[in-house]
Amino acid sequence: MATPLSLKELSKKEVLLTGGHRMCAGCGAPIVVKMVLLAAEQPVVAANATGCLEVSTCISEFTAWKIPWIHNAFENAAATASGVETMYRSLKKQGKIDKDIKFIAFGGDGGTYDIGFQSLSGAMERGHDLLYICYDNGAYMNTGIQRSSATPFGADTTTCPAGSAIPGKLQHRKDLTKIMAAHGIPYVAQASPSHWQDLMKKVKKALATPGPKFMNIIAPCNRGWRSRNDDAIQLSRLAVETCYWPLFEIENGVTTISVKPKEKKPLVEFLKPQGRFKHLFGPENEHLLNEAQAQVDAYWDRLLREEAFSASLGSKEAEEKIA
Amino acid sequence: MGTNGKKIVAVTGNEAVAEAMRQINPDVCAAYPITPATDIMQRFTSFVSNGKVKTEMVLVESEHSAMSACIGASAAGGRVATATSAQGLALMWEELYIASGNRLPIVMSLVNRALSAPINIHGDHSDGMGARDCGWIQLWSENAQEAYDNMIQAFRIAEHGDIRMPAMVCMDGFIISHSIERMEYLDDETVRNFAGEFKTVNPLLDVEHPVSYGPLILTDYYMEYRRAHAEVMSKVKKVVLDVAKDFEKISGREYGLFETYRLEDAEVGIVVLNSAAGTTKDAIDMFRDKGVKAGLLKPRLFRPFPYEEVGEALKHLKAVCVLDRADAFGASYGPLFMEIAASLYPYKERPVMFNKVYGLGGRDYLPDQAELVLTELAETLKTGKVKTVKEYIGVRE
Repeated sequence: MATPLSLKELSKKEVLLTGGHRMCAGCGAPIVVKMVLLAAEQPVVAANATGCLEVSTCISEFTAWKIPWIHNAFENAAATASGVETMYRSLKKQGKIDKDIKFIAFGGDGGTYDIGFQSLSGAMERGHDLLYICYDNGAYMNTGIQRSSATPFGADTTTCPAGSAIPGKLQHRKDLTKIMAAHGIPYVAQASPSHWQDLMKKVKKALATPGPKFMNIIAPCNRGWRSRNDDAIQLSRLAVETCYWPLFEIENGVTTISVKPKEKKPLVEFLKPQGRFKHLFGPENEHLLNEAQAQVDAYWDRLLREEAFSASLGSKEAEEKIA
Repeated sequence: MGTNGKKIVAVTGNEAVAEAMRQINPDVCAAYPITPATDIMQRFTSFVSNGKVKTEMVLVESEHSAMSACIGASAAGGRVATATSAQGLALMWEELYIASGNRLPIVMSLVNRALSAPINIHGDHSDGMGARDCGWIQLWSENAQEAYDNMIQAFRIAEHGDIRMPAMVCMDGFIISHSIERMEYLDDETVRNFAGEFKTVNPLLDVEHPVSYGPLILTDYYMEYRRAHAEVMSKVKKVVLDVAKDFEKISGREYGLFETYRLEDAEVGIVVLNSAAGTTKDAIDMFRDKGVKAGLLKPRLFRPFPYEEVGEALKHLKAVCVLDRADAFGASYGPLFMEIAASLYPYKERPVMFNKVYGLGGRDYLPDQAELVLTELAETLKTGKVKTVKEYIGVRE
């Protein structure tokens, strides 16, 4: 029996990432992991890319993981999980394992968008039955807040510092979620811990879908975002409400926006509480704020059009046409 | 069938290694093709496609991912193998340490090839020598027969309960990998029984007993882990010899930590790895006929290196030349030379030594080069003096 997505029922389930791990107070990543593992019905084996989540949860002899877990290196959580999943298929075929086990790989944006991109793309193309989850905090956070290709436009990081000549990051974020959808895999989604039911529903759907799946989940980092210690959920909610981080899923090529903000808030509401965007609020950088808003608007509009296109075809037809 | 139920065949080194892998029948193989090892996996995947093995393949997008997937699969709890060469091994480098640090008994065929740049696809030992300190066991092979035999033994060695470390089996690119030789195959059942069932230790897939692989070890324990790794490696020699004894029972072929040829009563000696040993043996016979008491030592277990045993075997000589098929940039001696020098260092009375670098990037090692070395050794014997400690042979001036 699947556990209903109610706090009452979920509270009865064992939390599989223990308290006492050494993530920073107020970090978004362990919240995401707990939600993901709570959503899983079957036993899960996880692979983890090098990064904050990994170094802080596995300090020998005190692992925080109550599930089988493997950390290999920075760029290869997907390839490592491919190997684990392949051995599972091999042993299952041979009758040496009879359990139904699910596989999840966790990586931050550095280990996913950048150095781990090839290994991720390869694993998705090969069709391994695993779910790759990127917890996206928009920089290489445990190495001192360095720019990644997921760092938002205009952000101040230690490797793209806002200075008098260059006002922070000049490039737009890589749209990894869509790139993953372009692999033609059966399930791709974006989620946010502020919308926990939506997130967990998506995890359940992903794990129930055979084949390779990808989820991109926003995970605020108060150290890197220069924000308050207790606002991870508030900021991830603002990310959704400003349409900076739209919640949608792409199932076999069919796009559905799962949460549409009643009122689309201006992007500055998401940017303002974060110190990494402080410099954008000077009069000389107003054009950058405008550009950032224009990008978010354009992305959201395109997403709405994609959803409408999918709906206009009817999901079956769309599946055939787009897949 | 030949004598004793063994099958006599004419095959390439790659074919022989693929055959060993078919007979071992691993649970998972991951691979990314690279010359000259490509042929091993081409042959092996055809065994997979034709249902000759139970193996699940992971045909990855890079050598880095090949070793990453091998690590995942091995930690999951089954028998794992792969093959690579040169740049492929170099791209795996980071992962080689992770495989050994996690004590995962992955077996890899390394078809030795030169490293870039300049790019060169032919045989030398730069790749294997570059990986010599990654914590892997290394077995080197003179010919296809030894590559086949070593490959079969490597699973038993790597998976041994006292060790559980990854192992690579080296053979020379093209010279062995692509040349056809006469050799003997063991039958499938014999190999299967010899390899035995894979015994899993702390598998990831045991969801009832969750384990964490690859944790962070800080300054408090890191050195202890490294020390423990060294401790495990110190047990490898004995296991290699025990496995060789068992292998002799099924094959009639004898293996040790190294091979010696006419070395016991020799006054001068050559130390050389892999395929060049054959040519050298012929030249030694020739010089023996001329009255030069020459002998050869061919290392088989290169990592961990059996310093004491090698030192004992060479200490009575007056002069030794070490032939290296890998150079060391920075005007250093060749890697094999330094191991042999270290082996002989503890002895008060020890041979004088010199080092020749030969055969880089697949350049032929010819009998007249071996003769040149033996002539120089004979001269050194007379004078007791070394002319030049390190020199290249077979280089156009």
